[in-house]
Parts: sequence; structure tokens; C-alpha cells
Amino acid sequence: MDLLYNVFFRPQIFSPLVQVLIILLKALIVVGVLMLHVTYATYFERKSIGHMQVRLGPMRVGPHGLLQPIADFIKLFFKEDIIPANADKPIFFIAPAISIFAGMTAISVIPFFNGFVVANINIGLLFILAMSSLNAYGVVLAGWASNSKYSFLGGLRSSAQVISYEIAMGLSLVGVMMMAGSLNLSKIVQAQQRFPGGFFWPQALGFFVFMVAAFAETNRTPFDLPEAESELVAGYFTEYSGMRFALFYVAEYIGMIVMSLVGITCFLGGWNGPFAIPYVPFAWLFIKLYLFIFLFYWIRATLPRYRYDQLMTLGWKLLIPLALLNIIGTGLVKMLLH
Amino acid sequence: MSPYLFAYLGAAILVLSGLALTRKNPVHAVLYMIVMFFHLAVMYLGLGAEFLAAVQIIVYAGAILVLFLFVIMVLNIKEEMEAERFSVGWPFGIAISSGLFLLVILVTGNVVPGKQGAYTPAAVAAQTNTKLVGTLLYTQYVFPFEVASLILLVAVVGAIVLAKKKLK
Repeated sequence: MDLLYNVFFRPQIFSPLVQVLIILLKALIVVGVLMLHVTYATYFERKSIGHMQVRLGPMRVGPHGLLQPIADFIKLFFKEDIIPANADKPIFFIAPAISIFAGMTAISVIPFFNGFVVANINIGLLFILAMSSLNAYGVVLAGWASNSKYSFLGGLRSSAQVISYEIAMGLSLVGVMMMAGSLNLSKIVQAQQRFPGGFFWPQALGFFVFMVAAFAETNRTPFDLPEAESELVAGYFTEYSGMRFALFYVAEYIGMIVMSLVGITCFLGGWNGPFAIPYVPFAWLFIKLYLFIFLFYWIRATLPRYRYDQLMTLGWKLLIPLALLNIIGTGLVKMLLH
Repeated sequence: MSPYLFAYLGAAILVLSGLALTRKNPVHAVLYMIVMFFHLAVMYLGLGAEFLAAVQIIVYAGAILVLFLFVIMVLNIKEEMEAERFSVGWPFGIAISSGLFLLVILVTGNVVPGKQGAYTPAAVAAQTNTKLVGTLLYTQYVFPFEVASLILLVAVVGAIVLAKKKLK
């Protein structure tokens, strides 16, 4: 038991080689848990949207369709991999990998409970912003390399959308940085212990801007224009099939989980809850995560898609000014209190 | 930073820049540039400038190069690939830049290392790099900082004037 405690919470007492192994072990645990969540997030989405639309969703494979995601995965794995004739092959191959890599790397700085984080770095929040901006490349390059008009339009739409909303997202997190006085996500969570409900109430405006930007960054409804099926077939991954298609699909869910985790750590108190749950230090984090994921599905089932000019107007003329207002407000309050 | 890491990063940055210059396909050139920027970010990390490393990726790789890609994708790639890679004056350009490079090499022998200031790696680590950059930017260097932001503001106004169809 002592050894296990030392491995996870005091790795600095071991030799450098063992420390590297410990980091790898932690990364392996996080990736395993993440992939399990991605698998069942697809099931959860189909079930919850099914029930919202007064149908049952998947019911055939296993009891209540519980084995459906595994069946889907096996199907995608054995499907023929089709590459368009004039596609730019190296970029076509590398695009889904970039998407999935960007999402998974961002997870490494998220603290799951007190002391458990793969990479405890001082610029954690900036690192997440950097990785989420990298995510755009996967989409843009996939759209361009497919040599298809639908994919290309999807890719162009996505790059413009992501650049616009990244600004709003970065600015909305500045308020959190100001209140916590740090970019280290563990320290941000610890700074929230003084406030009941975390930074949610003092940073309500920032949280609103962050959530809207998070929906746009992950290309979810009501901002799923890059993959608008009624106009663009499937947008940037129209030409992808089999495993590569699955990689994009997984990357989208990882993006959703990353954005939820960032929202939870920065605004909702991270792993802390109203009362401590014994023996399961990460329980609150996961409860909040499931609520967030459900919010994504709920909004998808409720709202129609935005028009492209409305999307741009919302991003530039509403969200960015609101985020700036939030920064000024937070600064003024901080100045008055000191 | 360990000298091996520096050697790798330096060599990789040179090779990647060369590749970015010589690619016929502009999209491939931009991709090599992105990889080059990542190496540069790691170089900053090795020198203890973590804030700069993050900004390097967010601003250059995340925003500016996406805009590059955006513009290049709208170009006609086939036409671009047939066009001559370098303009007529390239030997002249190479002569100037290799002259400058020679000058740098000649000078490096006479460099005197400066006196150690207040910001030693230990002092920076104690305050965290980001906090220190912020504090200095808003106290000691507030005037140059404001000048830089004013210049950017002028550029923004210029872009709006160009993009606006009708000026009242």
C-alpha cells in the first residue's frame, strides 16, 4: 500500500528512470479510462437522444443495447479503407492522427484528484489552449487532402470557426487565471476551495462564454457547420472510411471530454464536491463530467443549427466583448478588495 | 538544456526550414513550418521560457499558420506547383545572407559573456516564468508594451477600412 502511495503521490523519491516509468503508467491509466468513456459516450448519446425523441435507441446487441459500441468498433475495424484517387496521401493519413493526438495530449495536464495528474506543469491552462488550437489542423488538413468539394468546404468552415472562437475561449479563461493567480490547473482547483461552488458564481459570465466557445470548438450542435450533413454530406470526413473514420469520431468525443474537464477544473471546483466521498477521490469529477456530457447531448437534441453569418456575429460581436467585460469586471473587483 | 538536445533541435530546425523552403506544394511547406515551430517551442522550454513556448504554439502554430493554410487552400495548387520555386534574384539573396552568416561566425569568437543579472534560472523558477513576464511587462516595460499594442490597433483599423465595402 505504501509503495502504491509513493508511486502515485511522491514519485520524486525514485530514480529518474523509475519516474519516467511512473509517468508512463499514469498515462496508460488515463488513456484506458478515457477510451472506455469515449466508447460508452457514443452509447450514452444514442440512448439519451433516442429517449428525447421518444424512441428507444440501440436495443439489439446485448441487454438494452449495452454491447452496441463494441459491435460498432469491430465493424469499423474490419471495414475496407477507401482512399480517394487524387487525395494527398501522406496528409490524408496523418490528419486523423493529429486530431486524436491533440485531444489526448491535452488530457495529460488535467488533475483527476488531489495529486493525480500525469504532467503537473505551471502553464497547464496555456498548454490546453495550445493543444485545442492544434486540433484545428486535423480537421483543416483532412478537408484539403481528401480532394473533395464537400470535405474542403467543411475544412474551411471549421478553420474560420475555430480561430474565431479560440479568442473568446482564451479570454473567458483569463478571469479564472486572475482569480487563481496561477495557470497550474491543480492550483486553480485549490484556489476554488474558498468559494462555495468554485468559480461558477464569481465567474458566471466567463463560464457562459467558455461554454458557448467549447461547443463551437468541438464542432457540436448548434455549431456543427463543419459537418452539416444536410449541405456537406459529412463535412471534412466525408471521404474517410473504416478505422480512419473511427479515429475522427473518437477525436470528437475526446474533444468533448477535454472541454468538459477544463470547464469543471476551471469553474466548478474540479475534484472537490459539497462533501467528500470516502475511498473514491475522483467521484465528484466524474459525476460532473457525466452531467457535462449530458448537457452536450441535451443541447444537440434541443437546438437547431446556426447559420454561418450568425455564428460569426455571435463569436466576434457578442462573446469577445462579453469576455473582455468579464476581465475588466474581475480586475476591478480584485482591485477594490485589496 | 543538455547539449545533445540542443544539437538535435538546432539540426532539426535547420533541416525543416530547408524543407519548408524547397517544397513545391505550398501546403506541405506550411506543414514543415508547423513542425519547425514545435521544435522552436521545445527550445524555449529547454531555456526555461515556458510562457514563450506556450505562446509560440498558440499564436504561431495555432493562429497564424492556420490563416496561412486558409489562404493557400483557396489558391490554385496546380498552378502554384508548376510555377518557378525561386525568383530570378535568388543567388543575390543567398550571397547577402551567407555574408551575414559569415559575419556572425567571425564575431562569435569575440563575444564577452555579460554580467549575471537579477533573473537567474532559480529566481525565475521561484516566481514562475509567466508571472515574472507579466509583472515586468506591466511595470518596467509598460511604455514599449503600450506602443506595440497601439501599432497593432492601427493594423486592425486598417484591416477594417480595407474590408468595409462603403465608407460613410
